[in-house]
Amino acid sequence: MADPEKTNHNASVPAAANGGTFHEGLKDGLPIGLGYLSVSFSFGILAVASGLSWWQACLVSLTNITSAGQVAGVGIMASSGGLIEMMVSQIVINLRYSLMAISLSQKTDKSMSTLKRALLSYGLTDEIFGVAVSKKHDVGSKYFFGLTVLPVIGWVLGTLLGSILGGIFPVFLTNALAVGIYGMFISIVIPKAKHSRMIMVCALIACAISCLLFYVPWLKAHISSGFAIIIAAVIAALVGVFCFPHDDEGGREAEA
Amino acid sequence: MNVSVFLTYLFVMAFTTYLVRALPFTLFRRKITSKRVKAFFDLIPYTVLSAMTFPAILYATGSLPTACAGLVVALILSFFERSLLTVALGACFATLAATGILMLIQR
Repeated sequence: MADPEKTNHNASVPAAANGGTFHEGLKDGLPIGLGYLSVSFSFGILAVASGLSWWQACLVSLTNITSAGQVAGVGIMASSGGLIEMMVSQIVINLRYSLMAISLSQKTDKSMSTLKRALLSYGLTDEIFGVAVSKKHDVGSKYFFGLTVLPVIGWVLGTLLGSILGGIFPVFLTNALAVGIYGMFISIVIPKAKHSRMIMVCALIACAISCLLFYVPWLKAHISSGFAIIIAAVIAALVGVFCFPHDDEGGREAEA
Repeated sequence: MNVSVFLTYLFVMAFTTYLVRALPFTLFRRKITSKRVKAFFDLIPYTVLSAMTFPAILYATGSLPTACAGLVVALILSFFERSLLTVALGACFATLAATGILMLIQR
């Protein structure tokens, strides 16, 4: 009874049966890395405009790997804000990673030791999470490591290029590149929403609440954009939890 | 920016961001058995990404029509389950094309 996973490699599921391979992760990370290249290009431009030098901009990208948090952080640096403000803003804006980390921990296999978790959590981003949770197999440490390599390189390289070349590129081109990151978000949500009414309804509710928090002036004035994302996401997910039946794997409560 | 001031900010920023990711990922190990709680965590990624996209995408380019062009193309491509990269680049090209068309019209 020791380790059933080691003995079933000749079963119906091919090669990447357990947690996936490093190579598979690398392959899945390529589009994310290319997407990041264009998005972090914009960040590089912004960071330099905020008074950072090119190597400072790159260091911020290398140590944080997060778009919204970095934009806010650089803004706080530029306005000589307090360190507590920096801390609170990063916690609020990045709190979604905590939710994603818990969500992803439900899908990890045995290869994820405590040390590996501590190291690999550095690379947990929206897109990496989105790709990892949408895999049919469990997420192993080798696969997850492979998945993070190219996005991290793309993120830092894009920042480097943006901070150096940003001034040379015409504005309309950098504007067009900025849509890329949202295109990536959409490409993660829509295919899932197509096949699950619950995901579709919850995604639409999240959009609606997010719009409400953005367009109602009083709400916009009192709720930061980082918090708005959390509120919209949590309420929408709760609606899904309480308004849809939850049958696991076509199980007992199959009423819908 | 002054190097030591920058490094202080950087450390606080990076360390906070790291803990937000690492603490739940390393400490939270058991499998969730409650179906409702599990459903919540299964839904969170999609609701987070939806809330981040809307309405932010409409203002990403500084021009509503060009952003809408990118949005519509992204929706269509992802409905037909194209890859992440195809959707992202498709949205960029659509935005670029719309910008070009607008420039021609407004000339």
